[in-house]
Amino acid sequence: MLKKIDEINMANKDTSHINSLENEAIYIIREVAAQFEKPVLLFSGGKDSITLVRLAVKAFYPAKVPFPLMHIDTGHNFPETIEFRDRLVEELGLDLIVRNVQDSIDEGKVKEESGRYSSRNMLQTTTLLDAIEEFKFDACIGGARRDEEKARAKERIFSVRDDFGQWDEKNQRPELFDMLNGQIDHGQNVRVFPISNWTELDVWSYIERENIEIPSIYFAHTRATFLRDGLIWSADDEVVYRDEHEAVEDRLVRFRTVGDMSCTAAVLSDATTISKVVEEIRESTISERGARIDDKRSEAAMEKRKQQGYF
Amino acid sequence: MEVLKIATAGSVDDGKSTLIGRILYDTKSLTTDKLEAIEKTSKQRGYDYLDFSLATDGLVAEREQGITIDVAHIYFSTQKKSYIIADTPGHVEYTRNMVTGASTSQAAIILIDARRGVIEQTNRHFFINNLLRIKDVVVAINKMDLVSYSEEIYNKIKADFSELMRKRDYQDQKITFIPVSALKGDNVVNKSKNMPWYRGEALLEHLEQLDKKDIYNVGTPRFPVQYVIRPKTEDFHDFRGYAGKVYGGELSVGDDIMVLPSKTKSKIKDIFFYDQKYQTASRRSSVTITLENDINVSRGDMIVKSGDLPIIDKQFTATVCWMDAQQLTTGAKYVLQHGINKVLAKVDKINHKINPDYSGIEENVSGLKVNDIASVTFKLNKPIFYDPFKNHRTNGSFILIDTQNNNTVGAGFIQ
Repeated sequence: MLKKIDEINMANKDTSHINSLENEAIYIIREVAAQFEKPVLLFSGGKDSITLVRLAVKAFYPAKVPFPLMHIDTGHNFPETIEFRDRLVEELGLDLIVRNVQDSIDEGKVKEESGRYSSRNMLQTTTLLDAIEEFKFDACIGGARRDEEKARAKERIFSVRDDFGQWDEKNQRPELFDMLNGQIDHGQNVRVFPISNWTELDVWSYIERENIEIPSIYFAHTRATFLRDGLIWSADDEVVYRDEHEAVEDRLVRFRTVGDMSCTAAVLSDATTISKVVEEIRESTISERGARIDDKRSEAAMEKRKQQGYF
Repeated sequence: MEVLKIATAGSVDDGKSTLIGRILYDTKSLTTDKLEAIEKTSKQRGYDYLDFSLATDGLVAEREQGITIDVAHIYFSTQKKSYIIADTPGHVEYTRNMVTGASTSQAAIILIDARRGVIEQTNRHFFINNLLRIKDVVVAINKMDLVSYSEEIYNKIKADFSELMRKRDYQDQKITFIPVSALKGDNVVNKSKNMPWYRGEALLEHLEQLDKKDIYNVGTPRFPVQYVIRPKTEDFHDFRGYAGKVYGGELSVGDDIMVLPSKTKSKIKDIFFYDQKYQTASRRSSVTITLENDINVSRGDMIVKSGDLPIIDKQFTATVCWMDAQQLTTGAKYVLQHGINKVLAKVDKINHKINPDYSGIEENVSGLKVNDIASVTFKLNKPIFYDPFKNHRTNGSFILIDTQNNNTVGAGFIQ
């Protein structure tokens, strides 16, 4: 006898609410495929976009995912992330587009930041907007979540961007019931956030339940690091600026978010498996983006970046 | 564990953000860094208490003006449930956000300032939550600390609110009164010692014990086809699956179904969720269905049980909440999105405006302004398959889209 789809939910009481989030995300991803001509999934190699890929595969089974992935490569990614990305697309038979921030720098469109807090995080917005124009993408699926940051808490599931890729936060379309309005003018595009309603713990619980493979830097490993502003930075990599007096020391760490090496700090951790990571997140007293220096530039850092067209 | 979505409503300064901040704080959902940020800003502003509203007011303009201008979503969980709170602003001009927040919620909290009692805004908040048929509503009478935790004041407000309840359209709505102080933490997460006369539950206790039958309005199964899955691979050469979300009830393998609008009959062959087959798909599951017969089904069609058809019509009357600065007028045309289905709609007649403060109706109305609520008759260019909103929250609602700028300009609930 076949089971009722609800029963798998009941089998594991702790994660049954994840099923309703999963059903909602699959619905959203299918709406994207149905409502838009040229959608793309923005893939960073982080856990949220890996989760999106899993949801997209489920949404269209047994057919192939009907849109490509696109990675905006800052050139400052952790090497583990890039290896992982290439293996994932090969195994799942997905199409991958890569556009490089380095090219935008070489073409003189953006200028590399310098100094202690330099990062390419801001620069990727230009590369992204250029790529959207190049491929005429009308919908970009992203892994942003409302629990991450207070400006993101105001974000819609279908978020319209104008010709310049900008977010008009005071004039957003109301979203009622399940109805997603994807009608846009020529030149506009929509950012779509299928996991808007997931929390960090939900994502990790899902990764655990689905047994999804993720890059090794999410797990505890020994790394040469140094301390600055109370955060732990990777010292292995030349793209991370380090003063000579900032002493390098081996520490047992893992990364909670995977942005650029230059703006993502590590956390002390001995979580070597997914279940230990889930346990650690459950008990954590620091928010996920607490280790992202890009959000700390000012109280409204995220809102400003979003207005300019950031993810 | 399940997800409970809650909408909040309250006027400016009723302390809505503070209440949410208090819930987050007392359930230890605020992380150290967020708490430090709140402490820092509270101190900068010279407050001698923690301003929890800082936890939710995310946009620069909001922090400058100390008000909430857009729906924010806040997440926290307990051992029992996972909660999503839609924090919606209370000003008159932002009714659209309140309707939006309430549309995806299963429960609602209406805040009343104990010093001010039931005011005109309260009528509107209640009206909207009742219009949207939210099954469980909590009336939180806040700032009890500022009225010396007075039982008399609480009872007076309760009596005033009960007057409103007699006027409501949706009589089955369950309403619970709780006296709280968000600032001091009385009866929010923990039971207060300051109000021994109140024998009910604290707010969170109440939310914790709500179960599915308290919060969902169950109707009959409707399956709008979102996407047709045709892999055309060697292994799945003839596979033709209909992807969509099940609303209102359950669908099972072997069910006799009918596809609308063609009214073609068939049976459900398989129900897939990813690569697994299931016997039954419960409400709100995103599945893929295959049928016994090879029939033509496309996006926008609806699969229903053959003995249980919705209304199929090109004309209907609905309660509309208008959300755009440009007026809705008789004769105007809009794209009407009903679920995933889009048709063209023409405003046939504005029957009357409904005052959301329960003061009655206005007839002979020529146009609807932003935040107006009215009974409107529409004519469509082709039929839709709907149920009255009172029987089916999903299949009885729609949005209106401006044909020029593509904005969502209104929401409707079919009568």
